[in-house]
Amino acid sequence: MLTIQASSRGYRELNEAITAAQDQDILLEGVLGQRFLGAGLSEKSLTIHGIPGNALGAYLDGARIHVCGNAQDATGDTMNDGQIIIDGSCGDAAGYAMRGGRIYIRGNAGYRAGIHMKAYQEKLPVMVIGGRAGSFLGEYQAGGIIIVLGLGEEGVPVGNFCGTGMHGGRIYLRTASLPADLPSQVAARQAEPADLEAIAPILEDYGRHFGLAAQDLEGKPFYVLEPNTQNPYHQLYTPN
Amino acid sequence: MPVNYLMPEYEVYRNPARCIACRACERQCANEVHHYDADLKAMVADDAKCVNCHRCVSLCPTRALKIVKSDHTFRENANWTGEAITEIYKQAATGGVLLSAMGNPKAFPIYWDKLLINASQVTNPPIDPLREPMETRTFLGKKSDTIRRDAQGNILCQGEPQLELKVPIMFSAMSYGSISYNAHASLARAAQALGTYYNTGEGGLHQDFYQYGANTIVQVASGRFGVFSDYLNAGAAIEIKMGQGAKPGIGGHLPGAKIVGDISRTRMIPEGSDAISPAPHHDIYSIEDLRQLVFSLKEATHYQKPVFVKIAAVHNVAAIASGIARSGADVICIDGFRGGTGAAPTRIRDNVGIPIELALASVDTRLREEGIRDQVGLVVGGSIRNAADVVKAIALGADAVYIATSALIALGCHLCRSCQSGKCNWGIATQRPELVKRLNPDVGSQRLVNLVTAWKHEIEEIMGGMGINSIEALRGNRMMLRGIGLTDRELSILGIRHAGE
Ligand code: SF4
Ligand code: SF4
Repeated sequence: MLTIQASSRGYRELNEAITAAQDQDILLEGVLGQRFLGAGLSEKSLTIHGIPGNALGAYLDGARIHVCGNAQDATGDTMNDGQIIIDGSCGDAAGYAMRGGRIYIRGNAGYRAGIHMKAYQEKLPVMVIGGRAGSFLGEYQAGGIIIVLGLGEEGVPVGNFCGTGMHGGRIYLRTASLPADLPSQVAARQAEPADLEAIAPILEDYGRHFGLAAQDLEGKPFYVLEPNTQNPYHQLYTPN
Repeated sequence: MPVNYLMPEYEVYRNPARCIACRACERQCANEVHHYDADLKAMVADDAKCVNCHRCVSLCPTRALKIVKSDHTFRENANWTGEAITEIYKQAATGGVLLSAMGNPKAFPIYWDKLLINASQVTNPPIDPLREPMETRTFLGKKSDTIRRDAQGNILCQGEPQLELKVPIMFSAMSYGSISYNAHASLARAAQALGTYYNTGEGGLHQDFYQYGANTIVQVASGRFGVFSDYLNAGAAIEIKMGQGAKPGIGGHLPGAKIVGDISRTRMIPEGSDAISPAPHHDIYSIEDLRQLVFSLKEATHYQKPVFVKIAAVHNVAAIASGIARSGADVICIDGFRGGTGAAPTRIRDNVGIPIELALASVDTRLREEGIRDQVGLVVGGSIRNAADVVKAIALGADAVYIATSALIALGCHLCRSCQSGKCNWGIATQRPELVKRLNPDVGSQRLVNLVTAWKHEIEEIMGGMGINSIEALRGNRMMLRGIGLTDRELSILGIRHAGE
């Protein structure tokens, strides 16, 4: 494993060092808010000590990033493939428009997580949030799977306006009760065995990363949020 | 049957002495206006369906057809025009938001037509472009304000990435989905032949067109359709779309029914799923956020490509442009309120935004006053109709122009403004295979090359007349312009004098 001391270097230099490295495994030590780490990276595995700045793994295309702490805003923006694992929490707009790959967050996610997430053919993006997510989770979601586990949360583990404008994909909430303000484009129901089966491998994988066992997820039911096909997201237009 | 309040706007006039009932018009019209009546043994037409696209007229072998504006009329009323009344009928019948296509058709002032160009007489003589070299090449990107040298004293030429344009005219963003495969093929090939660029729009880049990457600007919009590493790296430049002149502040919505086959593949979303581009980028709320997107794109493409930011011309455009110039963007693109569109709410298209001429002048002035004009290139679009408009735009301060409606007209568009129906009889704004094939990309690209080449000659001629032999010397040269019939306020915004001064 190659260790890169990051503390006194800017993001451009760091990304160049990451790209130039022969090693596939790279440890970034002392990261101090440098943005764009791993942008567009298609291979290699980065381990980050310290706090990466905004837009970590933007356009990520297959590489793996493990943050041993918290991440900031815009993690995995327009990510296409790969994996981002965050041992702590992350800021706003995580996984904006992501099309593939996985983002695992052990703690909480800020506002606007998973906005405009989409899916295509074999590409099925997944974002799992261990704690709670802020408002606007999965707005305009067009595909993929967002799971909020609400571990250690008392109430509903999402903020307001969850799934507004949703027109594809699924949101799973592990919660005793649903958010009170679900928009009309979203249909919610308690998960059935088939729904849970569909996410079992994801939760197993997530658990492996963070040392969670199946029984840690007991105690609260899962709800599934899907676009309400009875009430599609469109405005009625009149040709003029 | 409920009473139909809507009367046909046009009448299909068929000269019975010429019509041979060959039924060509019936085959040509995707709006199903014409059909053969076996009882009458004659062709008949349903005027109400006609959008006045001239396809049947152009294809009628005996020239039996013409489309005329119906003289059926409401009682004369300067306030309640037929249009105003009809639009109310449409909305009262459907409860729908009026949806239109192509640029704002209203009679707002066209400032291009109130600008006059200078020419040399006696002193500083004109230049004959047929004899003398004329430079129409221009470079888009940040210009450095310092000269850097290596240890030996040689000038270091490596600056910020630039786009080299052989002619200061590019084809602006039109997505694959809003226009056809053959229209894209025509634009891509023409851009390559002309040494300029076309723009993918927000619908991704079809696999077949990666080969034109060196002449392609790839767009990143709020929906991020088809955006991934290969796409970003495929183009010569990346354009962040913040807004569009035809519908400032409004997102896009390509209905699921149009997301089929290649369109779905290119946008990288499932067939039948709606393609919704939210009005804002939900990760951009400030110039700092924009800067972050600009630099994330630069990082992902290793600083090899200029990043453009496109905005609609709105009231506060100069301040916004100043912010964009400071965001690290290499080029600012401004789209005027007459810019075209595949579909936009009528009320937005016709009432929101400002003319590109005023926006351009005020942006260029503002950037100069702030001493940051060289930090960005400036590209304007939104109804550039001819070579004189190009010259005037450059003299007002643009580095280059974007054309789209003009390009589509070159491809055969008749401005029927019904693109939103997806039934473009000219094979442009449609995905129906039988219509798409009407546009032959060999012919289409050649017509685009012809158009831009002709404009290039005209630009050279106009420049020569002014005694100017390069685009660089014309840029921002407002002394070459005079206004006619403009108020003091308009002249001061345009930064020009009145004719005679
Ligand atoms: S819509 Fe076009 S092709 Fe059809 S009748 Fe009218 S002008 Fe002819
Ligand atoms: S592109 Fe086609 S549908 Fe649109 S205005 Fe032109 S001719 Fe009409």
